[in-house]
Amino acid sequence: MDLGGIIAYLVSLAILAGIYAVFTLGLNIQWGYTGLFNIGIAGFFCIGAYTSALITTPMPTGIYAQYVHQIFGWNLPFIFGILGAALVCGLIAIFIGIPTLKLREDYLAITTIGIAETIRLVFNNEQWLANGPRGLMGLPQPLQEWINARDYNYLYLVIVILILVVIYLAIERAIRSPWGRVLRAIREDEISTAMSGKDIFYFKMQSLILGSMIMGIGGALYAHYTKSISPDVFTPLYGTFIIWVMIIVGGSGNNKGAILGAFVVWGIWIGTKFMTDLLPYTLKARAPYIRFLLIGILLEIILIYRPQGLLGEEKRVSKMIE
Amino acid sequence: MAELFVYGIVLGSIIALGSIGLTLVYGILRFANFAHGDLMTAGAYVALFLVTGLFSWLGISDANFGSLSFGWRMALAIPISMIAIAMLAILLDRILFQPLRRKKSGSVILAMSALGASFIIQMMVLILWGADSLFYKPGVLRPALMLPLGIKIRPDQIFIVLIVFISFATLHLFLKYTRMGKAMRATADNPELARVTGIDTKKIILWTWGIGGAMAGMGGVLYGIDVQLHPLMGWGFLLPLFAATILGGIGNMYGALIGALVMGVAQQISTAYLLPTYKPGVAFIIMILILLIRPQGIFGGRS
Repeated sequence: MDLGGIIAYLVSLAILAGIYAVFTLGLNIQWGYTGLFNIGIAGFFCIGAYTSALITTPMPTGIYAQYVHQIFGWNLPFIFGILGAALVCGLIAIFIGIPTLKLREDYLAITTIGIAETIRLVFNNEQWLANGPRGLMGLPQPLQEWINARDYNYLYLVIVILILVVIYLAIERAIRSPWGRVLRAIREDEISTAMSGKDIFYFKMQSLILGSMIMGIGGALYAHYTKSISPDVFTPLYGTFIIWVMIIVGGSGNNKGAILGAFVVWGIWIGTKFMTDLLPYTLKARAPYIRFLLIGILLEIILIYRPQGLLGEEKRVSKMIE
Repeated sequence: MAELFVYGIVLGSIIALGSIGLTLVYGILRFANFAHGDLMTAGAYVALFLVTGLFSWLGISDANFGSLSFGWRMALAIPISMIAIAMLAILLDRILFQPLRRKKSGSVILAMSALGASFIIQMMVLILWGADSLFYKPGVLRPALMLPLGIKIRPDQIFIVLIVFISFATLHLFLKYTRMGKAMRATADNPELARVTGIDTKKIILWTWGIGGAMAGMGGVLYGIDVQLHPLMGWGFLLPLFAATILGGIGNMYGALIGALVMGVAQQISTAYLLPTYKPGVAFIIMILILLIRPQGIFGGRS
């Protein structure tokens, strides 16, 4: 591979790691700061990607209409796709939060798994919604007419990083505010927070909604990067588990850690691909399973030996005292 | 509809074998064991290795018992896989959960670790057996018996319901009359109080995993006999297992049995109106309804 090829490869890696970092930031609000155990990220991933795809693609016409079914196609610009994805994910978060946020913390976990599995089932089986198991293809990319297709990834990397930075700064600001302190107080001790007159349910709900909306944005970014999506992308492994490993490796409760974790784990994930490429031919078909096995073992080791992750949580009192 | 009801009882008895361990672990160790469904998967594949690998190499007869679809090989494989999965469950606890308990990690961290264990088991099965569906006896015709009301049922299914009934009766006697059983019930009711009265909780934890694992292993094998084996079969059981456990009240073994039968019947009846692939979705909707209406379960337990 020549130098140009290597750079192009690194750019594609960085785009995906950046998109995963959007997810880890969203999860960090829920888990890192509020202690909400959402293990249905794949559901928000899926909904974000499909919402943006439906908003930005035109309704198929002519011969295509026989083969591609979708519930609507508004042919709107990328920015509306992103906003729509965030909005719909926020609404789903409300739906999940109502029955679970007043109960034990692990009920939220089971419910989010349930919603992620159900969403995948619906997209797989309902042909009219978004073309069933074949999914949607040919999604538009923002500003694609500005630059030739060969170099487009550079532009998309800039877009992903810009969005990532905006989200990062917004969360950093919010978390140092009184609002952020209430979230962390809930995580540490719900009862005494309630005794200080804070409405626990209301704050947890806000955290769940905000985190889920950011995950929706991540889903939209993913959809417009790969340009084609189908339900089998949003499995518990690629859609939920790897994101959890990222945040736990990087350090929950630390936004820099969340981003670092996304890049480190994505690097490890790609690195193990080179390792399994060395395997004999007969084992190659099962190489992804071996790689996921290693990622699973990594998670267990971190949980036992370094639960705070690479970067632990920073002590923060207020933005006024720095 | 009567037929779907009967199939629901069959499915429900398999779910019950899984939810018993889930509810015991939930009650005694107080965390959601997301790897429990995968213990069922592991049990099914251990039996597959025994039936199609080891026992055929040992030359044990492949003949079927009467009109059942299996014979001596499976009769030996069921108890051996139960022991193997009981040991696997104890091993998981020793390697993963016990160090976390010792560090006083929260129940959510334990659940996270269990989720990791779930994927590790899935990946091991995928590496060893691949991603295709498998059968204990491929290509065998499985004739059905005709019962009144036009119900068609296979002898295997009658066997499944019977063996689950016998297992539950045995477990009931164990919990009701033996010292260990009484101590287990006491711990599930109130772990702190049990500890104060001098019950050896370490031993209880060992037995809980052993019994839960053995039952889950049997459940996996029975599902393999009834339907098929698949590396993600246990993951598919996760929602019905949790729904049954919550419906019956966490830590309540009898509640889990009733909850599992309700889930089995509801899932099968739903296939009259919905695609069969929506079965986990049906379990999920029921679970949401329980959480909204009666989160402590129909028989009490802890919410």
